Amino acid sequence: MKRRDFLKSSGALLAGGLLPISLVEVAFGKSKHENFTFAYISDSHIQQIKGNQFVRNFDTGLMRAVAECNMMDPKPDFVIYGGDLAQIGNKPELDHGLELMSACRHKVHYVMGEHDYYLDLGKYWESQLGPQWYSFDHKGVHFVVLNSILVDEKWVNKWSSGEERMGVMAGLDNPLGSPFMVGAKQREWLRKDLAKVSKDTPLVILSHSPLQKIYKGWNFWTDDAEKIQALLKPFRKVNVFYGHVHQIQYNQIGNISFHSVMATAWPWPYPSTYSQAASQLPKLTVEMNRADPFFERDATGWQFIDVWSGNATMHFQLPENKPRTVAYDKKNKRPEDKDYQAKKNRIPPQTHY
Amino acid sequence: MLKQSIKQLVITTCVALLPLTLQADEFTKQDLKLWQDEFMTVVGEGRKVFTDPKLGTNGVVCAQCHPNGANTHPETYPKFQKQLGRVAQMWEMVNWCIRNPLEGKDLAVDDPRMTAILSYIAFERRGVKMEPGKH
Repeated sequence: MKRRDFLKSSGALLAGGLLPISLVEVAFGKSKHENFTFAYISDSHIQQIKGNQFVRNFDTGLMRAVAECNMMDPKPDFVIYGGDLAQIGNKPELDHGLELMSACRHKVHYVMGEHDYYLDLGKYWESQLGPQWYSFDHKGVHFVVLNSILVDEKWVNKWSSGEERMGVMAGLDNPLGSPFMVGAKQREWLRKDLAKVSKDTPLVILSHSPLQKIYKGWNFWTDDAEKIQALLKPFRKVNVFYGHVHQIQYNQIGNISFHSVMATAWPWPYPSTYSQAASQLPKLTVEMNRADPFFERDATGWQFIDVWSGNATMHFQLPENKPRTVAYDKKNKRPEDKDYQAKKNRIPPQTHY
Repeated sequence: MLKQSIKQLVITTCVALLPLTLQADEFTKQDLKLWQDEFMTVVGEGRKVFTDPKLGTNGVVCAQCHPNGANTHPETYPKFQKQLGRVAQMWEMVNWCIRNPLEGKDLAVDDPRMTAILSYIAFERRGVKMEPGKH
């Protein structure tokens, strides 16, 4: 499928709804690679009330994402689930989340989120979904899935129970939490994995937390981000997609383009709105519109991504808002918003305070 | 005559005692600390309510969408709330959140939990200038 046709069909799909998912097109123009698409769903936070009762709002977000993912044309080759399927990661929540995901007609690759992990250190998740980090190749692109939400061993073992540990980690702003990291063991695995890949192979790295440092207080952060970036540096085209932050973020560090994906559950404030702390939101990011809480799905909108010649173009379709496109600018060598990047073009709802 | 003298005496006594009983403009550093501590206790209670799964009925907590009370903008209230079509106060919006995402019941305006929530939100926003009506 040609890119133009793809955009056309996406446009038709848009008319039908506002999808809280990402569709990624990996397209390589005149190169030997074959174009393909994949979809991206993230951060559903399926939350048990009791027994078989779950928070309706969060169920709805995921059900809608899966339903609309199934309607996509062209069909995605596979789906990435970006982590935090569950809120406290117990069996009922993960089972219910996976049941909702089972309606998805495509192969799904899962990323571990902290909400899936800290109750039992990922044991149940792993029993259902397989290893916590892995890589695969698809039509000339090397995909790497990392578990980026690990923390210091001491922190892991200091709690009286898994419930207590999960309770602390589930609070984004809980000062008793601990900064995320990929860790030495996984970094060594990554080094060996990448050693087998030629430097001109496009890389797509999938993690839950940003592999860049934004705001430590809310774990918009990976402590060993620089070490991961160093391992990615020798490659010509690198794209990192992450969940966790429930908002639009993008950045360029050297050869690496960073893009966040939206949550299906709820939006988060930008760290800059917490007046008591300094945030390092990439200056490049033009923020998403402030969410209107009276619309449940607002700021959980949908986006699809072209990885055009190895560089990403994000197309955001946002409920109650105009669509946005953040594309790699070849001249400036970084992602830029097509309409709003220049300060004078920004609109009042993009001002967060 | 006697009656008037007694009245005079009562008034004089009252005026004389006034500084001892009210001391309107006299307070100490210790008082200041005490009052600040009282406030901070309520801020602490507010943080507890803000993260209390029992505030609503579905276990969702305020802090889930509002880490550190962010995106609540207490300095902008009262303000025109376009979704309501009128000028609203902060506590009305707190109750909106309790009724909707938390699927709970309104708190009374003077409920100590409401005071605690508003105290916590305002404290997390300390130092930001007042801008009533701002969007």
